[in-house]
Amino acid sequence: MIKMEVTRFRPGEDDAPIVQSYEVPLRKEWAVLDGLNYIKDQLDGTLSYRWSCRMGICGSCGMTVNGKPQLSCATFLTDYAPGPVRVEPLRNFPVIRDLVVDISDFMTKLPKVKPWLIHDGEVPEDEFLQTPREMDEYKKYSMCINCMLCYSACPVYALEPEFLGPAAIALGQRYNLDSRDDGALERRDVLASAAGAWACTFVGECSTACPKGVDPAGAIQRYKLTAAVSALKDFLLPRGARR
Amino acid sequence: MTTFHNIVVVGGGGAGLRAATAIAEANPLLSVAIVSKVYPMRSHTVSAEGGAAAVIADGDSLDEHAYDTVSGGDWLVEQDAVEAFVEEAPRELLRLEHQGCPWSRKPDGRIAVRAFGGMKKKRTWFAADKTGFHMLHTLFQTALSYSDIVRYDEWFVTKLLIDEGRVHGVVAIELATGRVETIIANAVIMCTGGCGRVFPFTTNANIKTGDGMALAQRAGAPLKDMEFVQYHPTGLPFTGILITEATRAEGGWLLNKDGYRYLQDYDLGKPTPEPVLRSMELGPRDRLSQAFMHEHAKGRTIETPYGPIVHLDLRHLGAHVIDTKLPFVRELCSKYQNIDPVKELIPVRPVVHYMMGGIHTDINGATPVEGLYAAGEVACVSINGANRLGSNSLPELLVFGARAGEAAAEYVRSLRTGPRNAVYAQGNDEERRLRAELDQRRKGTERIADLRTEMQATMEEGAGIYRDGDSLEKAAVKLHELRERFDRAAIDDHSSTFNTELISLLELDFMLDIAQSIVACAGKRTESRGAHQRTDFPKRDDEHFLSHSLVHRSGEVEYLPVTITRWPPGERVYGR
Repeated sequence: MIKMEVTRFRPGEDDAPIVQSYEVPLRKEWAVLDGLNYIKDQLDGTLSYRWSCRMGICGSCGMTVNGKPQLSCATFLTDYAPGPVRVEPLRNFPVIRDLVVDISDFMTKLPKVKPWLIHDGEVPEDEFLQTPREMDEYKKYSMCINCMLCYSACPVYALEPEFLGPAAIALGQRYNLDSRDDGALERRDVLASAAGAWACTFVGECSTACPKGVDPAGAIQRYKLTAAVSALKDFLLPRGARR
Repeated sequence: MTTFHNIVVVGGGGAGLRAATAIAEANPLLSVAIVSKVYPMRSHTVSAEGGAAAVIADGDSLDEHAYDTVSGGDWLVEQDAVEAFVEEAPRELLRLEHQGCPWSRKPDGRIAVRAFGGMKKKRTWFAADKTGFHMLHTLFQTALSYSDIVRYDEWFVTKLLIDEGRVHGVVAIELATGRVETIIANAVIMCTGGCGRVFPFTTNANIKTGDGMALAQRAGAPLKDMEFVQYHPTGLPFTGILITEATRAEGGWLLNKDGYRYLQDYDLGKPTPEPVLRSMELGPRDRLSQAFMHEHAKGRTIETPYGPIVHLDLRHLGAHVIDTKLPFVRELCSKYQNIDPVKELIPVRPVVHYMMGGIHTDINGATPVEGLYAAGEVACVSINGANRLGSNSLPELLVFGARAGEAAAEYVRSLRTGPRNAVYAQGNDEERRLRAELDQRRKGTERIADLRTEMQATMEEGAGIYRDGDSLEKAAVKLHELRERFDRAAIDDHSSTFNTELISLLELDFMLDIAQSIVACAGKRTESRGAHQRTDFPKRDDEHFLSHSLVHRSGEVEYLPVTITRWPPGERVYGR
């Protein structure tokens, strides 16, 4: 058995968060999520948390485990033996209940970076040609599962709620760097704003926390460089040469 | 509370997002809402790995894709729907390409295709082995550009409003607050996906509880071909996590405990070093999962704490192929099985993966209930018949999601009358029922998790890969008992804030309906076809059963003849 210490809280009903302890079986295949499911099914049906795919791709089950942002389906109890395992909600988000956090801030910011393909010319009858090398330019930024671990890890987001945040900026860059896209200029006002890439102080915690190797910190740094060059071009060549 | 939209789409996965954008394009003046119990990008489309089939390669043809699909489905297939499907699939996948989906490419920049089970040509488009993930995020992010689509994220639909044979909207609970709302609509499109969680061992995500199927059946729309449940031959033994068929398309082998490619013993062809289309490891899923059961009966599988397994061998593919074509497989094996497929064998066993059956619809996604449409896994058109071919479900989401959206947009154009007061009364009744569930289930004697576990065990035992009259009868009796015990189920949680236990209760209620429908249909179909294998009726019986089963809420089952256009029933031939 291993002890799981889980944060319980219902804002508006409970005065303050409390820590509740549960003993769950310690099995080598069990993820932290399996421990939570054991609690929910066998010990206490009132524990609230999100989960779905249990294979690290849907992005639902982000939590803070022993102080670090993790996907609870891809983090294993044995890694914390002999325990206890401390499970808290993701940091930097309002708590809805227990381990469920409110991500509506991200959902509002995401459309602002226009994370869709913007194409000026004719759409071809067949496919746009895109070589594997051209795809490599943006591929890793397209792997974001919106799990919010990077926001939880980001010290800037903790202090500046206006900050667009790592995942949203990386997704904007994902389209900017796509050879089929012509939307970089349309995204610039948002990505290069005070709440955009320039707010990032390059601590790099987001890339450390990312479970999918997206490297948002790298995306942001790269964007700053592009934006700086682009601003310089605007200054030197007010018309044209923008793309 | 009451709100109104012209069309409500229930479910925000591939089919739901495609339907919503189709409506927005057909008539931008219509108010469209997507109501989903999870944020759209959490939908289970995200887990699809291997690819999406559509004819694009030189030397391929629509007729061949259609024939593979019809024969793969053991002829229990609506052939007119298949013809529409194969014709529209390339356009839909190109549309996604134009929206930014990172389809894997050939060196010259053109779309690459890979082999897939039961397909005679290479025609499966793929985005490495995260095809569903990339499709879903492309659809979702593109849908964000349609700012008029209203989303109800994390709202759980509990009831369809029906009056005078017509749908008038839904009742839904907002998870975060427990608020119950009557959402009036002229048309509703069900896109909630499958029901794998009715079984104990499944690739399906926790959310796949058949909600949409049960809601539609309760609203009067019959479910079609529910006895046809697909077992995917290669799931990881403890978790049930899918190891994509693309592993075999790239050249992986299935080995029994003696290291022998056992599929050669089951009329699937002769082993060759390179993969051969429609042969051996590239046979259809039903036949491969059945072969596993025979190997097990012969004592040639390997016993583990999580059941018997065989091995999937990818070692000869080498690190380069695995890392470029199957990186997610390597990641999943490493994380969840603690092995490296570059150097080690992957333990696998058949796992419940996909529901061929679903809400009965026509070729435009219309159900027999006026104004109610369905698309994707929740629906049964049927292009999949008795056994779906791998990589047909992703294009199916798009083709029939779009068709259902367009049909619904057309339907609401002609409507002149709104709901009567009776509809609002239904909404109020449902709200009272939900309050009662929350308040009054304090003193029950049954735990939800126990009932669910027993239901799942009953389904595996009675309605698994092989069934017979006796096993199905026993399952029916047990499900009846569970249905009675469900009335005595208690919940610990009586809060209205993000009450996941209440949702589990409502999901179990739906799943019990689905389980009973599966068992009822399987009991009545006294033949073997595709994924429905009766040991007491081992032969296909076209004379009596070349027809779809339609099961109603009452348990009554009727039959509808299959539409045949160009491919008369024949023998399914693989590997010869």
